[in-house]
Amino acid sequence: MSRSGEPSDKPACADHEPSPIEQKLRAQTPARLLAGRSGAAYRTTTQLDLREAHAAARDAVGIELDLFADFGQDFADQWNLFEVCSQATSKHEYLVRPDLGRRFSAASRAEMEKRCPAEPDFLILIGDGLSATAVKAQVPQLLPLLFAGAQTRGWQTPSVPVVRYCRVGILNEIGELLKPIVAVLLIGERPGLATAESLSAYMAYRPKASDTDANRNLISNIHARGVTPQSAADRILNLAALMMLSQTSGYQLREELSPERPAARLI
Amino acid sequence: MIERFDFSDLRELFAKANEEKSGDQLAGIAARSERERVAAKRKLADLTLREIVQRPLIDPSEDDVSRLILETFDQESFHSIASMTVGEFREFLLDDGTTDVQLEQVQRSIIPEIAAAAAKLMSNKDLVLVAARIRNVTRCRNTIGERGVLGIRVQPNHPADDIGGILLAAFEGLLYGCGDAVIGVNPATDSVATVGAILRALNRLVEAYEIPTQSCCLAHIATQLAALNAGAPVDLLFQSVAGTEAANRSFGITLNVLREGQQQVLEHHRQRDVPWVGDQVMYFETGQGSALSAEAHHGIDQLTLEARAYGVARAFQPFLVNSVVGFIGPEYLADERQIIRAGLEDHFMGKLLGLPMGCDVCYTNHAAADQNSTDNLLLLLTAAGCNYFMGVPCSDDVMLNYQSTSYHDALAARRLFNLRPAPEFLAWLQRMQIYRGTEPASLEPSARRQLMRGLELSVEKAICEKAI
Repeated sequence: MSRSGEPSDKPACADHEPSPIEQKLRAQTPARLLAGRSGAAYRTTTQLDLREAHAAARDAVGIELDLFADFGQDFADQWNLFEVCSQATSKHEYLVRPDLGRRFSAASRAEMEKRCPAEPDFLILIGDGLSATAVKAQVPQLLPLLFAGAQTRGWQTPSVPVVRYCRVGILNEIGELLKPIVAVLLIGERPGLATAESLSAYMAYRPKASDTDANRNLISNIHARGVTPQSAADRILNLAALMMLSQTSGYQLREELSPERPAARLI
Repeated sequence: MIERFDFSDLRELFAKANEEKSGDQLAGIAARSERERVAAKRKLADLTLREIVQRPLIDPSEDDVSRLILETFDQESFHSIASMTVGEFREFLLDDGTTDVQLEQVQRSIIPEIAAAAAKLMSNKDLVLVAARIRNVTRCRNTIGERGVLGIRVQPNHPADDIGGILLAAFEGLLYGCGDAVIGVNPATDSVATVGAILRALNRLVEAYEIPTQSCCLAHIATQLAALNAGAPVDLLFQSVAGTEAANRSFGITLNVLREGQQQVLEHHRQRDVPWVGDQVMYFETGQGSALSAEAHHGIDQLTLEARAYGVARAFQPFLVNSVVGFIGPEYLADERQIIRAGLEDHFMGKLLGLPMGCDVCYTNHAAADQNSTDNLLLLLTAAGCNYFMGVPCSDDVMLNYQSTSYHDALAARRLFNLRPAPEFLAWLQRMQIYRGTEPASLEPSARRQLMRGLELSVEKAICEKAI
């Protein structure tokens, strides 16, 4: 492996069987480790694996949300899911016009005012974001846990708008429209090469038009190899409780994590 | 018939003189035709540098970044170049007769808007040519940025912040000669406990091998400082910064927060038993489009706002600064062409403003770019003398869900341009027999076994700590 022309396919990092500890640690991460190299480049298998994963991720971006096909009629009825749309009118327009993804269409505003009572304690929204696949994969597990936790805590939780072509900033408009005490938006993250199933939960206390990311809290990487839906539900509910208690959200509010007892506090 | 274009103010002129960017179009401030773009460039070329300083794009009374910019440039030395036009300034930067000493003097004499104006008149190759002449050297636990050196940040992120997974990814990076710029983890969870655990684990790895490098956990500045106060070791204090007061507020920071954080980490360094080689303790990341994304752009184009972010950064003598050039998505940089242009502009402006510029050469999966795009920009920026790039296992960041450059890419860039790791780090690589000369060695089994021991120790300690 040098410029002098020695064989380059047996490099420092792959000329051996991984040791037991390397094997154990590698199993703990989806990162592409110990792939070896071909000179200063990937091995052919790695190169083609990366191309294949990228092709899959590109396709995942284009997949459209389909409420009843994704969740089934029973699930949609049980949790009162109903579809609304941002002002974007196509996937392409959604990608290039983030401003449209932050506003509801007029019909959707009317629909939400009809179906959701104003000033709920805990409003859950679902948005496709950049991966409808993630929504489909995580919401069936996550949503019942959130409803159960909200019920235990005595929070009033209305029907769940499912927003097509949705950006995070739509929290601001929902804040102005329905005036929830705490709103949580479950939204598909952009697909990576490792997974297109990663969901984020963006949360805000009394969201309003002037809010920015500084006013929001985020739990990201909700998927099987990241934050599990159970753990995400615990953290969302704890953060929501703290928001209600401290009457704020955003960067001043920090989660405190220990394996047994997730909690949150002000710093 | 001769077409006439009128520009009502400096903001409009600056915006329309930009190369095409989807973010400027989204903001509704881009040139409406190629002829209008060129007309704006011509008019900008005739503007004097004095006019740019005298007519701030954002009123200093309503924006603390504008105030900081005007307070932190050398007005006396600016005098000698104030009557130059932007067009003449571009030629001065490129001229054979301009000495390195003159270029160094210019760094403090200009404000960010002047660097932005010059960038707007330059071709991609011009941006490379000027940047390649400038070296901005910084020091913390090692020395980054000297001529002939290309640093790499190891970025061993994990979607659930698993310490074992993070340490193995970092360890592998070291075997590729990466990690001299920093071993820097973006945490999936911005909590004090998580950030503290990551900082302690990285520090154990650094101590187990006595590696002359710095570690960092790229959480919000408040979380890092809370972790520091709870006993975690902080080498570099990270924060994303932007070019307006309102955009910084959307990040949850003020200039004062940065000042206090810097002082606190400097004090913390004095109390630790570490052979520091310098006292540059800040690490900043930036990127075109962040102010527009936060709806805090004041009608100013994203290139100029990016330059202003560098105006913020340079007030804090950072050890590392990098633009994360394709991270923000196609709404701001639509495709490979725009990402490459922005990467070269950012690096040029940062270097011209005296910053130790690196670049996260990257793209997201909803942009019209791929790994060939990062190959292209990586090579262009290496030719431009970029201080450092990212090293992500096989370029796939499994936490942030985007693709950057890899450990393999680092080997390629260093080999093609005959560049080395940072000097202290290279000596360490050779001592550990990971490198022979300036290239990776084939590790002897005994050397490898010994190397594994440090990783095992680091992981064991992490597990013990968790049990407590």
